[in-house]
Amino acid sequence: MERTGSQLIVEALKKEGVDLIFGYPGGAVIPIFDVLYDHPEVELVLNRHEQGSVHAADGYARATGKVGVCLATSGPGATNTITGLATANFDSIPIVCITGQVPRNMIGNDAFQEADTQGLTRPVSKHNYLVTRRADLGRVLKEAFYIAQTGRPGPVIVDIPKDVLNTILDDEYPEEVSLRGYNPVYKGHSRQIHKAAEALNNAQKPLFYIGGGMHLSGAQDIFRQIVDKTGIPVTSSLMGLGILEQEDPNFLGMIGMHGTVAANQAITDCDLLFSIGVRFDDRATGDLNRFATHADIIHIDIDPTTISRNVAVKIPIVGDARTVLEEVAPLLEESKAHDWIDEIKTRKKLNPLDESVPGPGLSPGHIIRQIGHVFPQGIICTEVGQNQMWTALFYPFNRTRSWLTSGGLGTMGYGFPAALGAQAGLPDKRVIDIAGDGSIQMNIQELATCVDQKLPVIIAILNNGYLGMVRQWQELFHKKRYSHTCLTAAGQDNGPWNTDAQTPPPYHPDFVMLAKAYGAEGIRVTKEEEIIPALEKAKSITDRPIVIDFLIDKEANVWPMVPPGAGLDQYITGQEA
Amino acid sequence: MRHIISLLVENKPGVVSRVSGLFSGRGYSLESITYGETMDPSLCRVTLTSTGDETAIEQILKQLHRLIDTIKVQNLTDHKAITRELAIVKVRADKGYRAEIIKMAETYKATVLDVSTDSFVMEITGSTRKIEDFIEVMSEYTILDIARSGLVALEKGSKTTKGKKS
Ligand SMILES: Cc1ncc(C[n+]2csc(CCOP(=O)(O)OP(=O)(O)O)c2C)c(N)n1
Repeated sequence: MERTGSQLIVEALKKEGVDLIFGYPGGAVIPIFDVLYDHPEVELVLNRHEQGSVHAADGYARATGKVGVCLATSGPGATNTITGLATANFDSIPIVCITGQVPRNMIGNDAFQEADTQGLTRPVSKHNYLVTRRADLGRVLKEAFYIAQTGRPGPVIVDIPKDVLNTILDDEYPEEVSLRGYNPVYKGHSRQIHKAAEALNNAQKPLFYIGGGMHLSGAQDIFRQIVDKTGIPVTSSLMGLGILEQEDPNFLGMIGMHGTVAANQAITDCDLLFSIGVRFDDRATGDLNRFATHADIIHIDIDPTTISRNVAVKIPIVGDARTVLEEVAPLLEESKAHDWIDEIKTRKKLNPLDESVPGPGLSPGHIIRQIGHVFPQGIICTEVGQNQMWTALFYPFNRTRSWLTSGGLGTMGYGFPAALGAQAGLPDKRVIDIAGDGSIQMNIQELATCVDQKLPVIIAILNNGYLGMVRQWQELFHKKRYSHTCLTAAGQDNGPWNTDAQTPPPYHPDFVMLAKAYGAEGIRVTKEEEIIPALEKAKSITDRPIVIDFLIDKEANVWPMVPPGAGLDQYITGQEA
Repeated sequence: MRHIISLLVENKPGVVSRVSGLFSGRGYSLESITYGETMDPSLCRVTLTSTGDETAIEQILKQLHRLIDTIKVQNLTDHKAITRELAIVKVRADKGYRAEIIKMAETYKATVLDVSTDSFVMEITGSTRKIEDFIEVMSEYTILDIARSGLVALEKGSKTTKGKKS
């Protein structure tokens, strides 16, 4: 069929089953927007910043399991996508990002709104393309979707010069891809699988350690069966939360810098660590010289580069988590390590999480538990900082793809646009972004998008008036020298919060007013008894975003904590500090 | 230890920058990189040399393999490979030394490419070691300029690197 490049793109989106994309227009991509005008079956959500578009596509992908698609113009549009792409790349999220480029004859001439998008995005993507011939466009798009969602998923960028968008050609969108250098391995090596099963069956102190790869491969059900069958305790990385219910007696919570005592102790003491879809990130492992020193490590991952990169692995298995676990499952027996399992479960009971706070403000842990009561089936997003760690510790996660957080890059400003994307993709769910007062200001403009789209995202700001996590480090490791982390008007802490919910705190912006200015709902909560009513009110509003400004204790810290550089057995708790 | 890594990659724009970017981005050492078309014009061979311990090289090989456009990655240690480097050396050749320099060049099987009243330009190919020896000998005179190609390598024997990723 004869058509322009832009028409082919929209055709490609339809063929790939994409009915919702996120984007922002500009000169170079007007031709695509022009085609979209006639194709309401591909809906575009207009974000207010391209970073918001990429995070929204990312949140959409994490929550729905589909590929997220975003569209941005050349130059500044493309450069604004970088943080979002890096975030998705780090956490292995499938995204196809289409950017416009200046016409071919102007490339390299410092043309208006020109940027070397391929050069800029290379280190933050799984793969990228600059389409220099109209005839390549269909093949490139097909490859982009294929690469984004197969193997270890990731973002793929397709940069298309404006004249290519306008060039007419008689071609079809291909059905097949052929990439001779790209053959992801899904099935694990059978001998290794037998070895792993045998090691697990014979271990005295076995432990499962699961990560984000479990969500990506859809391994929740098979893993549930394995845990029920073997009875072996489980810890997770930050990204692995939600695979097992937080309340499950076998689940010890996450390990790492802010991991639970039970989980960190279990890692330190186990003699077999069966790890699946994890990266052994430094925030999870702490000092590698003290990490799981008594254990043989089994590692299942689809990406061979993650195996034996940070820790020495005894039994490596390259393959997809679900596929491999399905093969392992029938080989496993009920664990004979009863003493170990009992001990671990006792330790969990002996070390409950502590939600108390030092000062008069609200307790963030308590607020998050209440959010869990009112929204037990929520899709939970966070920003980065204390808010993220408190949520990881206190929210009762209970299913896969309900936990959206920037684990690898640690991107402040991720949570809210990701929540928007998830809400757009799953209108029947309630999506809640648990935010810090610092992070939420990094993409607050997306309130307009949410209002436009009638998306009832709930933004629960845990407002401590500080860049809390940095302040916590300053408190603990820099003698309370709070250099540039106080966000109040004067840049200094001016006493406890005003406890009258009607009067704005000595702080800017006033988040309640700000929400209202955007046409959203705004609620301030200063007392414990107001928490549930505010959440109930938020629940009853279904046609617009709701901002709840929780004035939490200003110097509440995240406990337990493993100090930077220490081993997981060297944690400190609030009491000791 | 120096490792010689031979890659077969798709002959597509941006591939070489992706390969070299991997080294700068992840802080791996990259001492030389050469590339050119193969018998199959849709494929390029990239030869690079890098130093590092076993685990570092292991990561480098895996990361190179992970690139979408990589067809094949080989770690060619010296005894497994034929390696060659080319250098073009310009030396000052004053009257009294001209015959001596030509003699030296012959010993090393270097070819004189250009002769002027007071200089020679010579080409030498061989192992890195040979090139370095030659340069050392020539530095007895005055070396005016040097251009070195970096290493190219091919596995010994009849095995070929065509075909599927392995
Ligand atoms: C884009 C970005 N810039 C800087 C940081 C470094 N950083 C990590 S946590 C943090 C403080 C976050 O403060 P806030 O959003 O108020 O959350 P809190 O820790 O108080 O919950 C900062 C600045 C980051 N993670 N991301």
